[in-house]
This record gives sequence, C-alpha cells and structure tokens, in this order.
Amino acid sequence: MKQIPQSQLNQLFAAISEKQKLYLPVDDATGQSVFTLWEEGMCLSSGLNTVRSAKDAFFPQVENLMGFRVEERQIQLIETRDPAEPFVIFGVRACDVRSFDILDRVFLAEPVDTYYAQRRENCCIISLACGKPAETCFCTAFGIDPAQPEGDVTCWLTEEKLYWQANTEKGESLTASLPMLEDTNPAAVEQEKAAIRATVQKLPFGGLDLSAFGQGRTKALFDLPQWKTLSESCLGCGTCTFICPTCQCYDIQEFTGGKTIKRFRCWDSCMYSDFTKMSAGQPRPTQTERFRQRFMHKLVYYPDNNEGIFSCVGCGRCLRKCPIHMNIVKVVKTIGEAAE
Amino acid sequence: MQGVKEKALELLRSGKVDRVLGWKSGEFFYDLTPAVFENEAQVEKDFCYSLFSGANLSKYLISESKKEGKIAVFLKPCDSFSFVQLQREHRINREKIYAVGVQCDGMCDVEALRESGCEGLTGVEDGEILTIHTLYGDKAVEKEKALLGKCRSCKSRRIVDYDELIGAQGEDISSHRFDQVAQLEAMTPEERFAFWRGELSRCIRCNACRNVCPACSCEKCVFDNPASGVQNKAAANSFEENLFHVIRAFHVAARCTDCGECSRVCPQKIPLHLLNRKFIRDINELYGPYQAGGDFDSKPPLMDFSIQDPEPSIIYSRGGSGK
Repeated sequence: MKQIPQSQLNQLFAAISEKQKLYLPVDDATGQSVFTLWEEGMCLSSGLNTVRSAKDAFFPQVENLMGFRVEERQIQLIETRDPAEPFVIFGVRACDVRSFDILDRVFLAEPVDTYYAQRRENCCIISLACGKPAETCFCTAFGIDPAQPEGDVTCWLTEEKLYWQANTEKGESLTASLPMLEDTNPAAVEQEKAAIRATVQKLPFGGLDLSAFGQGRTKALFDLPQWKTLSESCLGCGTCTFICPTCQCYDIQEFTGGKTIKRFRCWDSCMYSDFTKMSAGQPRPTQTERFRQRFMHKLVYYPDNNEGIFSCVGCGRCLRKCPIHMNIVKVVKTIGEAAE
Repeated sequence: MQGVKEKALELLRSGKVDRVLGWKSGEFFYDLTPAVFENEAQVEKDFCYSLFSGANLSKYLISESKKEGKIAVFLKPCDSFSFVQLQREHRINREKIYAVGVQCDGMCDVEALRESGCEGLTGVEDGEILTIHTLYGDKAVEKEKALLGKCRSCKSRRIVDYDELIGAQGEDISSHRFDQVAQLEAMTPEERFAFWRGELSRCIRCNACRNVCPACSCEKCVFDNPASGVQNKAAANSFEENLFHVIRAFHVAARCTDCGECSRVCPQKIPLHLLNRKFIRDINELYGPYQAGGDFDSKPPLMDFSIQDPEPSIIYSRGGSGK
C-alpha cells in the first residue's frame, strides 16, 4: 500500500499525465462532476458520482467507425479509428468498475467489438472508494463493496491523504512509475473502510430484494399489469439509458456529404419509438412495452444469458435524473411485490 | 399544501370525476411521479402534494382526455398557462377535464439542495429555512435558494382557467425573468456564440426537454422519423447537435408559455428556457406584449398579420419598434 498527501494530488496527476492521457472527475460549469481529460490546474471533483457514467471511456456516445470516399466508380475506405494509446481513468467508483464486467460480456463476446476492446486493453482503471455514499446508492444489493472497489489500482481518499493499492500488473507498473507515492501500512485504510461500511448499513436500498428477478423469470413477470401503471407517466426520453453505466444499445448511421460518407455509431435507447426500426420495425408499439423491455433486460434477460448476473450495478443515477422520478428501485419493489 | 389530497378524494367519492391526475409519493420525500389515480384507496395510499410537486401535469391531458370518462387535474398557476395553450391548439378535450387550480408559493428542487451541499438526503421540514435531514446530519437551507429555477423567476400567480380553486386567485407579477436574456443580448456575437456552444456542448440528446415540453405535442416528432431524412439520434458533429435546440426553440416560438419544464428536466443543467425567453422578449418588443396561454382570445402574433407589422429584419436599422 502507498500513500500521498492530498495537497500533492496535483503533482500525482501531473506525473501520470506526463506519460499518458488521464481522465478524472472534474466539476463542470454547473458544478456537476464529469470525467474530463486532466490538464494543469484542474481539481478532482468532490462529487460522489459523475452525471454520465464511466462507460464513455470505452463506449463513447458517438464514434466514427469508418469513412468512405466515392471517386467516379471507386469507393475508397478511410480508416477513422483513433490510434491505440494507453490511458488512465482515475476516480471510478465501485459501481462503475463493476459495470465494465457487464459491458465486457457484450462487447468482448464473439464477434469482438474491436473499437471497444482496443480502449479496454489500453486503459488502466484507478478506482476510488466511496467516502460518502448517497441515499440513492444500492450497489451492495449486487454484491459490490463501495469500501473496496475493484480496478487496476484501488484508492481511498481521507481528509489528509490518498491511499493507493495496486491490484494488477498494470496497476503495479503504473505505481512503479510514480516515485512520489510513499510506502504505508495497509492497516491505514481499515478505519475508512469500516466507516464506509457503517454508512452503507443505513442506506435505504442497500438490501434491495431482487429474489423475484433473475434467470427464468420471464413468464412470471412479463404479463404483470403493473408494467402499465409504472410506465404510465414515462416521458419516453432517453435520460435513464444514456446515464446508465450498463446500457449498451447503439445504432449505426451514415452521414452523407456528397463524395464522402461517414459511418458512425451512436447510443440508442430502447425508450425511443424509432428503436430498432432499421431491422424489422419497432416490435414495441407503446411506451409500456419499451419500458418493460428496459427493466426485463437488466433484471431477467441479461441474467438469463450471463449466469444470473444482473445488468444493474446500483449506481443510483436513474434515481437522481429521471425527469418523472421513475426508476429501477420502484420497478423492483412494485414488480417484486406483484410477483409474489 | 392543505386540501389538495382531500379534494382528490372528494371528487372521486362524489362521482364528479372518474380519475384524478396528480403526484404520487416516491421512495424519498422528493421523488414524486405524475400519476393517474382511479379510486379513493389509491389516493389515500399514494397521492402527495408537497414542496416537490414541481412537474407540470398539463401535457398528460393530451392522452388522458382521449380516454373514456372525466379526469380531474391539479394545476399550479404556471401549469394553467400550458393548459390554456393546449386548449387553444385543440390538443385536449376540455369537456373531459375537471381543472382544480392550486395556488403555489414555489416548488423546491432536489438538485438545488444537492448544490447547496446536502448529500444523503433522507427528509425535509418545511419553513422559511428548510431543515434537511441527511445521512451525515441535519442541514439548514434557505427555501428561496432551494426553489426550482422556474419558480425563482415566477411570472404569474394567476390561474388562467379552472373549474375550482384551492387557495386565492393571484395576479401576474413582475419578475426578472428577462434579465439573463438582456445579459446575453449585451454580449458580442462571439461571446454569445461561445456561451451557447459551451452550454449546449453538454447535451446528451436524451430528448427529455422535448418530451416534457407541453408545446412539443406532435404525435410524431420529425426527429424521430427515420424517413424524414433528419432523424437524429446523434448528429454527425457537435455543431449540428447544438442546432437541435435552436430549431426546437423556433418550433415552439409564440406557443411556449415559459413553464420552465425544459430546464427543470435537463440532466445536464442546460438553461434551455433562455432560448425560449429570447423569442418571448423579441415578440413582445416587435408585436407588443403577448403571453402564450394567458387568455383565450388574443391573437398569437406569429399567426396573425396586420399591415402595421414591423419587418424584424430591418427594424433595428430603422431605429425603432416600427409600431
């Protein structure tokens, strides 16, 4: 275990970004935390979680996949892929770190998404324990420990110090390149961990009952009338899907500018009426079916295909940002009760 | 806050209405959801009118007034402007609606509480100074500072159309709602461009602003139609992305009542209402004061023509309002 005084964080960030790009949560103009490319003078946000999740690092909202140039009767392919370069993402919370495993099972399954894979391989993840969990947090319901997040390196921030524990080879080699980190006793963070775990005990949804969900629950839940009432006031916007660390649907579109064509992908949302129109038409005629799809995917279909793992990490972003305050906790409670 | 839930119960009990559109309590004190209540038991269990009933319910009436039976709706003064505007656009069936106007002192914003340093929110006590209970101890926040942005620049306490009132009828009030527009107008074009590029750069194109907007009531938005040629989940570049909001502001110009829902729901805190307010201010200046949804008979300036109408393109070079 290593440590560095809080007052020297700036030097630490400068040293990391000397060799590779460093992204970390910084407050934007409105005071909300956003993963930002670090530059001299930027301060680590004191916010608990970023508005958008850390998935942006591997799966950006818009990405050019390739380009084409049409000359007479020839089509020339233009490579638009960013050159592979190592980068560091600092301050990822336990929930978001776990979300990468969930995304990996989608993007790294055959056929491998090489755009995603390239960034994933090149990234060193430095996680940060959650000193002050919010009332909207429920990662513990998914077996995540906010006092001991995963990642290549795990950090804890106390009032005076940042503690640093390398977990992987990638983490060890980054640590070795940062001489300002001093050795310390691992016992130093035990008190911080205990404090976090004590707070977690008080969180209202920490023990959210998910027993009604998981593998093989489609038939039991699909036709419940509660889907209609839960979705009644849903605006059909995409806020929940776009800020969600595990939502991974995208569309591929082309932008034609005469002789040059850009083929790009962009996040899509199952909440939208034009979702999947490009294949066989939208199979979900009303917001009720679209709404049901989102939650059934996270709580039943994904577990069906992934050994029972839920594709929610309890980050609480949808609890904070849904314009009508509908969210996965309300769904789990209502549907869970109805299924009994 | 007294009497709203009781009124909902009374309307259902007496058979005056078949359903009630209101706010449903959530898991916390702040996460109310717009909801339709079909019987007294549902109202008893979940109906909630509180400091956090900020959502404007009027747009839900488009679909609700197409259903069988009569529905009661609770409308705060600002919501009633949307209600009237939707009637004027023939988007809702007034006969199927029983409108209860509710006087309002301003609604609170959970994001404002978080901005003032409250984290781990567990409860609130009302007052001039709100007491906020959190996982990390109690905090005091001035109510004025906890109000929604739209309430801090409230334009009217008049409930434009209603069948029944809870609380007293109010009047239009002078607000400072155009101050920020004036600041933007005072900027150089370069500064203004930079301001909007900065604000709009945060847009994630979730469409919450459009979907909540009572003036955006098209059955099918052109931007959702793959056959339109302008379908736009994410644009080819960020400038095109920014234009979405400018185009939307044009589409709702002179129909926007300034209800403020667009900015309330924006997850990225983009001050979208300022685009609409710029149009409102310009329309007031060019064609005389006009308030969308403010009455049933004034002619909407952009749908009317008179020989005295100024030419906006040359009005400033002539040096006057033209009227």
